[in-house]
Amino acid sequence: MLWIAIRMLTGDAQKFYGLLFGIGFSTLLITQQMTIFVNLVERGASGVYNAPEAEVWVMDPVSRTTDVSYAMPATALDRVRSVKGVEWAVPHLRAVANVRTKDGDLEGVAVIGVDDATLIGLPERMKEGDKSVLFAPDSVVIDDTGTTRFFPPEQSPIGERLELNDQRAVIRGIADAIPSFTSTVVLYTRYSNALNFVPGTRNRLSFVLVGVSEGETPEAVAARIEAATGLQAQTREEFSQAGVNFIIENTGIPTNFGITVFLGFVVGIAIVGLTFSLFLRDNIKQFGALKAIGVTNAKIVQMVAAQAGLVGMIGYALGVIGTVAFIRGFGANPFFKGFYIPWQIPLISLAAVVVILAITGLIAIRSVLKTEPASVFR
Amino acid sequence: METTTSGNCAPEAAICARGIARDFEAGQTTIRVLHGIDTDIRPGELTYVVGESGSGKTTLISIMCGILYPTEGEVKVFGTDIYSLTDTELVNFRLKNIGFIFQQYNLIPSIDVASNAAVPLIAQGMPREQAREKAKVLLDKLNIGNQADKLPRQLSGGQQQRVAIARALVHEPRLVVCDEPTAALDASSGRRVMDLLREVAVAPDRACIIVTHDNRIFDLADRIIVLEDGRITHDGKEMPDGH
Repeated sequence: MLWIAIRMLTGDAQKFYGLLFGIGFSTLLITQQMTIFVNLVERGASGVYNAPEAEVWVMDPVSRTTDVSYAMPATALDRVRSVKGVEWAVPHLRAVANVRTKDGDLEGVAVIGVDDATLIGLPERMKEGDKSVLFAPDSVVIDDTGTTRFFPPEQSPIGERLELNDQRAVIRGIADAIPSFTSTVVLYTRYSNALNFVPGTRNRLSFVLVGVSEGETPEAVAARIEAATGLQAQTREEFSQAGVNFIIENTGIPTNFGITVFLGFVVGIAIVGLTFSLFLRDNIKQFGALKAIGVTNAKIVQMVAAQAGLVGMIGYALGVIGTVAFIRGFGANPFFKGFYIPWQIPLISLAAVVVILAITGLIAIRSVLKTEPASVFR
Repeated sequence: METTTSGNCAPEAAICARGIARDFEAGQTTIRVLHGIDTDIRPGELTYVVGESGSGKTTLISIMCGILYPTEGEVKVFGTDIYSLTDTELVNFRLKNIGFIFQQYNLIPSIDVASNAAVPLIAQGMPREQAREKAKVLLDKLNIGNQADKLPRQLSGGQQQRVAIARALVHEPRLVVCDEPTAALDASSGRRVMDLLREVAVAPDRACIIVTHDNRIFDLADRIIVLEDGRITHDGKEMPDGH
């Protein structure tokens, strides 16, 4: 009987494709929007991800994220280095500056000062050039988002000069970095250079990046640093989560994406519910005949469940494939750089599809179950 | 007049209906459409139930084949008091013992003719291909074996009704119930369908009831029961004068 149910559904091409569209569109909307949301809020932690060597981030107690920080006195570095379990500790500066481009445009950039000796604080990979280019005078490394913002695709930024806060800076490499939440152009330079590039205040040290000794855990070392220095110390995981939480708590993004996801759900229910009800209503005589012949209500429910299951499976697959195609298709766009689909999102979409089909199926099947077999004689 | 029966059921009766009454709610009022019908349907006969629209013939046939509960009375089909069965038992009883032919055929448009004819067997759990093969034998007998792989919409009305007949008989039921089987057909097609029905549906161990008001086929009946206002007013070999 399930075969008959499936053929009844696929035989009505218009409604079959309508149902597939409803489920597929709903899945696409839910999966794609949640994927963008997750990837976007994770950008709040991009500063942490881009400095992969640091196991503990030390900062002023009022600092909240890599972008919302309060500078510490330079002596903080030595105090941190003196704490037991600290293998190494390097200064890290994060500041904003203005760049005047060749065309005369003014752009705000983020300047990140990495350790002069070890270059810890640079992203793991370089897209062009070597990390050692930073040892050259006035040298900066631009992130790949910045190259698309500052230069046309046919022009290589390597060797280009910038006017950075009225000082000369030369781009000597391109970092393969995760873009920041605001997609601000990032210029990496050595800490000592950064002190020259950004306007001076009494305290300049934004963070101290720490590696822990063998046999120590980042959590234990962070707690020890806090106890010994009075500064705030967070493990890499804690600080990246703080960046994500900051975006969630301080922007309207969760609400906006939440509304879109909810609309995807509602649109799914509306399209699928209407089409499914119409389909069952169109076939009510056939279902009535089957009931008269001797097909039980339980079997009718199984038939409708099989129809919903088929539509759900194909529609869901189309929606997820659509999301994958979307993410891949826009992969070259800097905004979508590094976007991925967390495994939990397709599961959430699947749950949404099951709920949509359960709600619409239950509403639609009521008319079939209520149909008296005798109605086929009327 | 071959009067209707009351009292005990005859042992050979295919259907024994006693005191059948049926009420329908219409807003605040209750309308009684059948008034204590007593009748037996015998196997080996082509029995017509005829009457004007609203006379209660469809209600009566629905009750006699177990798809509509009576308000009062009892129905025995081949000795089984069908309304004392549970819902599931009743559905299974219909599946095994009763074949249905509907006025509008009610074929499933998206499956082929053989599969349509095989529906009762598939519903009984027979593998689809085996059921189709069995249905094809019957379709051959009904002279539409060569249409077995077509969809119902590719067939004429008369051919679709033959498919419906095949579906009604494929599981070899002991009772065949037809609702206006010729109403949607022209005179010659209707006549051919009725000839065919008599040939394949009527058997010594099988009863066949036809609800109709098509006077073109009255002469083919073995027995005609006339209903008026929910009461049997005639039960005989031929239609009474004046109808």
